[in-house]
Amino acid sequence: MTSTSVDTTYTYDDLAGLMSLMTGDEKHGFAATSTLDVLWVLYDRVLRVTPETVDAPERDRFLLSKGHGPMAYYAVLAAKGFLPVDWLSGFGSYGSPLGHHPDRTLVPGVEIASGSLGHGLPLAVGTVHGLRARGLTGPRVWVLIGDGELDEGSNHEAIAYAGATGLDRLHTVVIDNGSATHGWPGGIAPRFAAAGWSAVTVDGRDHEALYEAFTTPHPGQPHVVVARVEKVASVEPARH
Amino acid sequence: MDTMRERFATTVSGILDADPRTAVVLADIGTAGFEKAGAAHPDRVINVGIREQLLVGLGGGLALAGLRPIVHTFASFLVDRAFEQVKLDFGHQGVGGVLVSANASYDWPAGGMTHMSPGDVALIDTLDGWTQHVPGHPDEAETLLRRAVAAGNDKVYVRLSAQTNAEPHPVTCGGFLPVREGRRGVVVAVGPMLDNVLHAVEGLDVSVLYATTVRPFDGAGLRSAVGAGPADVVLVEPYLAGTSTSAANDALGHMPHRILGLGVPRQELRRYGSLDEHLAGVGLDPRSLRRRVTSFLN
Repeated sequence: MTSTSVDTTYTYDDLAGLMSLMTGDEKHGFAATSTLDVLWVLYDRVLRVTPETVDAPERDRFLLSKGHGPMAYYAVLAAKGFLPVDWLSGFGSYGSPLGHHPDRTLVPGVEIASGSLGHGLPLAVGTVHGLRARGLTGPRVWVLIGDGELDEGSNHEAIAYAGATGLDRLHTVVIDNGSATHGWPGGIAPRFAAAGWSAVTVDGRDHEALYEAFTTPHPGQPHVVVARVEKVASVEPARH
Repeated sequence: MDTMRERFATTVSGILDADPRTAVVLADIGTAGFEKAGAAHPDRVINVGIREQLLVGLGGGLALAGLRPIVHTFASFLVDRAFEQVKLDFGHQGVGGVLVSANASYDWPAGGMTHMSPGDVALIDTLDGWTQHVPGHPDEAETLLRRAVAAGNDKVYVRLSAQTNAEPHPVTCGGFLPVREGRRGVVVAVGPMLDNVLHAVEGLDVSVLYATTVRPFDGAGLRSAVGAGPADVVLVEPYLAGTSTSAANDALGHMPHRILGLGVPRQELRRYGSLDEHLAGVGLDPRSLRRRVTSFLN
């Protein structure tokens, strides 16, 4: 699968239109997407990966662990030329590679197949270890999870381990839209910090604040950015 | 003679020295055998603590980064507890690795059901593309471990046991090994079941096949042993009874046949004691096997 001609002029303002190709909803679904700003800032300014380097050993890895509601992810990948824009309208259909949960074997640039919650962080920990064992110390590994996803115990195995072992190539973004049923009394960032992580909490819609948080130095520690966004009552696909 | 677990540590330590693409992941079990290898290869011997979801997920991540992971703990934690990680972090990601278990069925009888996984082979068999090895001797375990690691990006499960046969047998290229020939039926003995089976069928006019690789299932080998019939087949497996019955049934679909699947029953024994007592308790000792095979063939 190769991309068709890439329009490199896509900007953040084009994402609503790209998403509407999947949702058929011009504005509402767009505004309700909790991950959009984080994804855009990462792919636009932080991640060192391009459509030409999706298989390069030295690329940064971005693992979308929160695989449900992937329209913003596909839109950003299309805007950046990883996949053809004309794939978007087929979203979820039998002949389309774009499912309601992404599949790494079907979509260029997608690092993991996700959907079942709580798999991304352990896979990211293994990826960090694997790159280090190969002597590839440059690539950074990013994983995006949600505050609801954080309920899954597998995350806490990975958080405790990565903090204790100081995996400083590991980066996590937690999209906090208040969707965890029992909440996180005491906050999310302090839990990571207590496990030995560098942790910051920012406005998940503020691109400059996100960029600053994403690029904060964190020597000897894994780094988490908790991106707070408005709590929405939108109907996202089922959690599991 | 060393145990299969000891042979696992020495064999894989050597593999780590020779192949920079390999890495071992542990979860506080079996760590003593890798102390020296861990000192020599700190980036490729990883102990995650008592965290089995992370154990298997981390293994999948290593594979995504281009390594050949060797993931080890007791079967009850490796397969049962972390089954979704086995399913998704290897199979669904489209990557391979080697899972090596110990203590699966009744190897630690005094430990009880919390440390037993008689269903491991059947569980893995619900997934696509896994090779499953069940060695019956430490020498066979070494051969099969080397083969598993060398098997490209394949997904391979290696089931190590405390129970062993007295002598090793040649490890075939996946096919069942004919051990003796008879005319009244075919008994397939899997891994550590062989000695008990041979003892049980002494003087009976039956063929015996020895299986150390159970998936893929050597249907051609079974058909060859059955020949023109009678197609009366007894499977003796050191894990859940009937695990390979459907595979044998598929292999013999061209002719009328009968299959008796012997192994560990679903019902919990809820006894402690010794390995031999457990084998007798689940009917896999030579005396019980002879009675069950004879009754089936008559």
